[in-house]
Amino acid sequence: MTPQERVTAALARIPYAGFLGVRAELKGDELTLVLPFKDHLVGNPLLPALHGGVVGALMELTAITQLAIASKSERFAKTIDIGVDYLRSGRPTDTYARARVIKIGRRIANVQAEAWQNERGQPIAAMHGHFLVAEEGASAA
Amino acid sequence: MASADTPPPGYGEGDNPLERVRAMMQWTPQGKALGFEVTKLDGTRVSGRAPYKPELIGDPETRVIAGGVITTFLDQLCGMAAVLAMREPATVATIDIRIDYMRPAEPDRDVLAEAQCYKIGKNVAFVRAVAFEESADNPIAHAAAAFMINTQRPMGANLREKKR
Repeated sequence: MTPQERVTAALARIPYAGFLGVRAELKGDELTLVLPFKDHLVGNPLLPALHGGVVGALMELTAITQLAIASKSERFAKTIDIGVDYLRSGRPTDTYARARVIKIGRRIANVQAEAWQNERGQPIAAMHGHFLVAEEGASAA
Repeated sequence: MASADTPPPGYGEGDNPLERVRAMMQWTPQGKALGFEVTKLDGTRVSGRAPYKPELIGDPETRVIAGGVITTFLDQLCGMAAVLAMREPATVATIDIRIDYMRPAEPDRDVLAEAQCYKIGKNVAFVRAVAFEESADNPIAHAAAAFMINTQRPMGANLREKKR
């Protein structure tokens, strides 16, 4: 399997990724998750705007998937905490997210992520989080 | 989803506060898609339920619900607590939310949560929330969020060309 096929297969195993409709694009070791717009992703139908939780979920999913690639692990890390800053309202269009692994420690990894729409330089949200990098046979918390 | 020419049902309308927040939940397509419910109001405290659904699983091995669902649930419930704390209901936009995941949710069980707006000003509301199955003493996750109040943007604003 190519790395792209591996990451596509890993996401396909997550039912929630299917619920959102997320797909992965891998260039080298850099992952972009793509969230095509769908009506059910809306939080505020007046504007309309994407639900903030969906944008947060997209970045979290990007973070744990990028972390799996960076740590060459088949398993997804467990989220310890995330902080999400909302910068712009998410428009009814496709959304992209990329994550940067700042540090992988023995147990904990620090990851940052950003989500944008039409312009990469105008992010709609940013996330930072800590993730438990599962040691073999170790359980969370 | 409602578009600019078909306005959605009244935001925060209803005869009593519980009906009003229930209408708000139904007003949000993503909240509806996830099956979120409002179960109780107690002053400025809102209780809700996120039903367990196989399509929301985040870890196929453990069948635990995805963290993203909890994020969306807590964001939604916090936003509703902010609206409830207002004299005149207005829409809100999340400025930021911080979530601590204390433990995985139990598979095949609904997630409950309580949110409370503990400070509201002219522009910003501060809200905390906790998610659990049985009791807030055994939490799945805690959230702290800030919301911008009364985002007076016209209907369909996000359908127009972006201002530079």
